[in-house]
Amino acid sequence: MKPLTPVSPGARIALGISFFVVFVAVWAIATFGGFVQKTFLADPLAMLKSGWVLLTEMGFAKDIGMTVFRVVGGFLIAAVIAVPLGVAMGAYKPIEAFFEPFVSFARYLPASAFIPLLILWAGIGEAQKLAVIFIGSFFSLVLMISVTVGNTRRDLVEAAYTLGVGDTSLIRRVLIPGAAPEIAEQLRMVLGWAWTYVIVAELIGASSGIGHMITDSQALLATDQIIFGIIVIGLIGLASDLFFKWVNRRLFPWAQLGR
Amino acid sequence: MANILSIRGVERRFDTTLALQATNLEVAENDFITVLGPSGCGKSTLLRIVAGLDRQTAGEVLLDGRRIDGPGADRGMVFQSYTLFPWLTVLDNVCFGLVERGLPREQQLDIAHGFLAKVGLKGFDKHYPKQLSGGMQQRTAIARALANDPRMLLMDEPFGALDHQTRELMQELLLGIWEEQRKTVLFVTHDIDEAVFMGSRVIVMSARPGRIKLDRAVPLAHPRHYSVKTTAEFTELKAELTEQVRVEVRAAQATMEAT
Repeated sequence: MKPLTPVSPGARIALGISFFVVFVAVWAIATFGGFVQKTFLADPLAMLKSGWVLLTEMGFAKDIGMTVFRVVGGFLIAAVIAVPLGVAMGAYKPIEAFFEPFVSFARYLPASAFIPLLILWAGIGEAQKLAVIFIGSFFSLVLMISVTVGNTRRDLVEAAYTLGVGDTSLIRRVLIPGAAPEIAEQLRMVLGWAWTYVIVAELIGASSGIGHMITDSQALLATDQIIFGIIVIGLIGLASDLFFKWVNRRLFPWAQLGR
Repeated sequence: MANILSIRGVERRFDTTLALQATNLEVAENDFITVLGPSGCGKSTLLRIVAGLDRQTAGEVLLDGRRIDGPGADRGMVFQSYTLFPWLTVLDNVCFGLVERGLPREQQLDIAHGFLAKVGLKGFDKHYPKQLSGGMQQRTAIARALANDPRMLLMDEPFGALDHQTRELMQELLLGIWEEQRKTVLFVTHDIDEAVFMGSRVIVMSARPGRIKLDRAVPLAHPRHYSVKTTAEFTELKAELTEQVRVEVRAAQATMEAT
């Protein structure tokens, strides 16, 4: 091994998979070997079995669907407002001066701490779940986008002006396309956070969703079900992340050059 | 011939330092003026004021008798840094200003292909800037500026970041285009060879605060072959300019050490 030397694609995949194997092996040894009590940690086989039961007999697929719907819904609402606002803040300094201090403050408000308040305001329905995700992702997203747009290379801006663009054209043809790949990366990252917030929201006052199943299982000490739920979240997160990366590569081939 | 550009008593002050002191310059149609001077003498500042990217603190600049108060498509610019838009292909970079003018796509492509051929980049239209060498990027930048058909071309050490061999080829290329089109050029450089070889008039600026110290017509006929660099006229003018620039560089260093 040499520092910073790249690894071949085949070796990269093999290495990535082998850690999953090691992880499951350690888990299997700890549980089948009797080192950990079943009450605290179920073994991999029990986990798979109860996962099958959950999916086929207990309608867990519907829970998964609900959770995905909430994540995507909350994330989309946040993104649809955050992207234009962030671009406007990045482009126009007075707009930034108006919003930035409040957004910076609001960013540190813990979304989970809003749950009791949101239940009071919005009940325990979908609006409350979406609101938690929105609060958790919106403010940071706005800030990151505005910084990205504000950091547009000044020489590109000047070149555009000498080619005859006006101010709105500059935003549409230089600021937005230049910032787009980074904004897409930020959206991908924030989607990951949304997964954390949805589960927190579902742990409290929900009647469906992966988080709800996990709280129910806790009451029954069904660690196999809890672990299955967590793994499902991880797998969906991984899949959505890979999908997002793939879309970004397709949308912005130029941003991949020279990496 | 009527003067295309009049610089009258232009001065630029940054807080308390005077970067450029009352400068007058008349540029005739079809002139190729090269501006020499030690670094920090305000030659780039002067060019940026003409481009409308910087504002003078006194005096005025007239293009075709109209006062310049901002950047515009009538003054094309080529920068020292690589300012192609990385998200656009070579072809779309060259079309950038034409899109802004609302030309039909077919006409845009006609013009762009013509200029790409002129700078020797036929067949590279679908490449992204990051896939090109520095010299090719600057050639695209020249094509982009010329495609917009500006009244004059402003060049701020456009070959400054290129290696020596590429730089000489670029000089011949640009000179060839100029000999064919006779577009009025204001060209800032610190390379004396370049200034004499390219210019029909060479201007030397003094150390800060910058002002025009010397203004010489270049007594070399067009078209110029690179072998003119070894003629007596060339070396004589070069020797004089070298001496003049040297005095200013010394002066610049002296003020640096004094402060």
